[in-house]
Amino acid sequence: MTSLTFLPLVVPLLIGISILLIQSLGLKRQRLISFLGAVTLVWVSINSLLVSLEGEPQVFILGNWVAPYGIVLVLDQFSAMMVLITSLLAIGAIWYAIAQQIDGKGAHFHTLFHIQLFGLNGAFLTGDVFNLFVFFEVLLLASYGLILHGGGRLRTKAGLHYVVINLIGSTLFLFAVGALYGILGTLNIADMAVKIAELPVEDYGIVTAAGLLLLLVFGLKAAMFPLYLWLPQAYANASAPVAALFAIMTKVGLYAIIRVHGTLFGSTAGDLAYFYMPWLLALGLITLLLAALGVLAAKGLREQIAYLVLTSVATLLIGIGLNTPAALSGSLYYLIHSTLIAAGFFLLADMITRGRGVYGDQFESGNPIYKGILLGSFFIFAAIAMTGLPPLSGFFGKLLILSAALEHDWFAIILITILISGLFIIIAVARSGSILFYQTQINQKPEITPFNKYAFFAVILLLATSPILVILANPITAFTESTALQLLDKIQYIDSVLNALPIERPQP
Amino acid sequence: MELLVALSIGFLTASGVFLTLRARTFPVVLGLTLLAYAVNLFLFAMGRLTIGLPTIIDSAQGQYADPLPQALVLTAIVIAFGMTAFLIVLALKARAELGNDHVDGINLAQDEASLEHTLPPQKPNKQVGKTR
Repeated sequence: MTSLTFLPLVVPLLIGISILLIQSLGLKRQRLISFLGAVTLVWVSINSLLVSLEGEPQVFILGNWVAPYGIVLVLDQFSAMMVLITSLLAIGAIWYAIAQQIDGKGAHFHTLFHIQLFGLNGAFLTGDVFNLFVFFEVLLLASYGLILHGGGRLRTKAGLHYVVINLIGSTLFLFAVGALYGILGTLNIADMAVKIAELPVEDYGIVTAAGLLLLLVFGLKAAMFPLYLWLPQAYANASAPVAALFAIMTKVGLYAIIRVHGTLFGSTAGDLAYFYMPWLLALGLITLLLAALGVLAAKGLREQIAYLVLTSVATLLIGIGLNTPAALSGSLYYLIHSTLIAAGFFLLADMITRGRGVYGDQFESGNPIYKGILLGSFFIFAAIAMTGLPPLSGFFGKLLILSAALEHDWFAIILITILISGLFIIIAVARSGSILFYQTQINQKPEITPFNKYAFFAVILLLATSPILVILANPITAFTESTALQLLDKIQYIDSVLNALPIERPQP
Repeated sequence: MELLVALSIGFLTASGVFLTLRARTFPVVLGLTLLAYAVNLFLFAMGRLTIGLPTIIDSAQGQYADPLPQALVLTAIVIAFGMTAFLIVLALKARAELGNDHVDGINLAQDEASLEHTLPPQKPNKQVGKTR
């Protein structure tokens, strides 16, 4: 089954290229290929997840050059989970883009979308730090194109900021990787972990500095304080399907922290073990408070959702920073929930914005929304899930993280921060819901705007994951627990990467 | 040679950071380019500075030059080149759509506010778009 590991990479790449090649055949055929490609990707991802559940991380040796000399792809439960979330997001976002005809507003939407998926899946699957950098660049370059898709003044401005800050991030990434290579002499994550375990004391300083620089880079991707300022404008001004796909972009940063830092500075690293955890926890707490204030201060619905994405990132940073198997397992559950619900919320916000006509998504008293009852019910559903109220999945995710936090030394600060910011978020979202749906100008009739029920199906598809996550909470938490244990078991990861055997060449 | 390389990297980085913090898009692009040069030199230095050594292990020579950082630099150059090209086009687009080349797109930079009266009156943005 080893040969399946590379499929989540190859499928979006081939689909992206083939959409480019059939450019002249018109948008309809591109859409067909793009959607079929996304469906194939979901099937491939589910297959990968089933393969990963067999236990051992699956290692694919690119070009038959064994680690640590060549680049390897590693499929374990965590990467398979991320690949599956990405493909589910992709299917919702592509469906929405096709139904609302957003993909026709600029060139190459589907190609860029699939190349972005290629970059995302590559970042999740690679076992090599420099290859991670390359895949980051692939996904960033596609995202630069996507964020500008459709054009417009605000989009250009937000896009420029997004591009510049990410280019600085890439430069810092190279500095960190270079410093680590200079000391350790390897770029394979598993081999680096082995080298760090045997590191002489005089090299601790440089490796720690490089590790923190790497944390800065991943923190920039994950929008960690004080590097989150690019996120709200970029997400609020991107077109809806792009914003929905970007819900996974911050999680790539978190994934990289768990994968790279967790392996390099994991339990095997001696004195350097988990030195970055207090940073994560403290910065997560600050991010959470500031993001909650941002949710309160937001002037429009999409900006508010962007800040809600930020609160979910901050909660995950805290969950990872707690550094226990239970907290990690809770964080993984919350990660699945927050990514899919935030994406659904972005799509829903676009439906609401269209229904309000000239008022857009601004929080001001406008005309009643056409189909307001349906959109309002889904708004309250998404709001409950996103803010973490029972009975939906956000509540269980937060509960798992909070109950894990009780054993931590800082539990008082963590509980107070999470609960107070939760209160802020609930107040803010309740207020925005009442402005959008209740404080309407009574004498006006709802403007009849076209209600696209096919597009609405994509919203339902993504938001439906929340009750599914609750109903199937038992098997899913069992899965996240075993994933967390696998993540904390560095020895198994290192062994399976470094002992992977090349494929025997057939004798001539 | 160590001192020279270290000074070059430091000088390039400092200039790059300074230019990146400017308020106009063109200095920012230049700053990012300088930062990319600095990181390329840095990656070279991480393979240890050697002169006249082969990149393969040769028992007659005793030492060798590490080829991997050179491959990394090559990749980094290509990526930085592509990114810079993209950024320049984006900066031009921003200049056309936002009406000026400030990174925030709307106001003059603070250190240029005193020059405001010397500038010709700004054209509305739509006209700027049409002239292109």
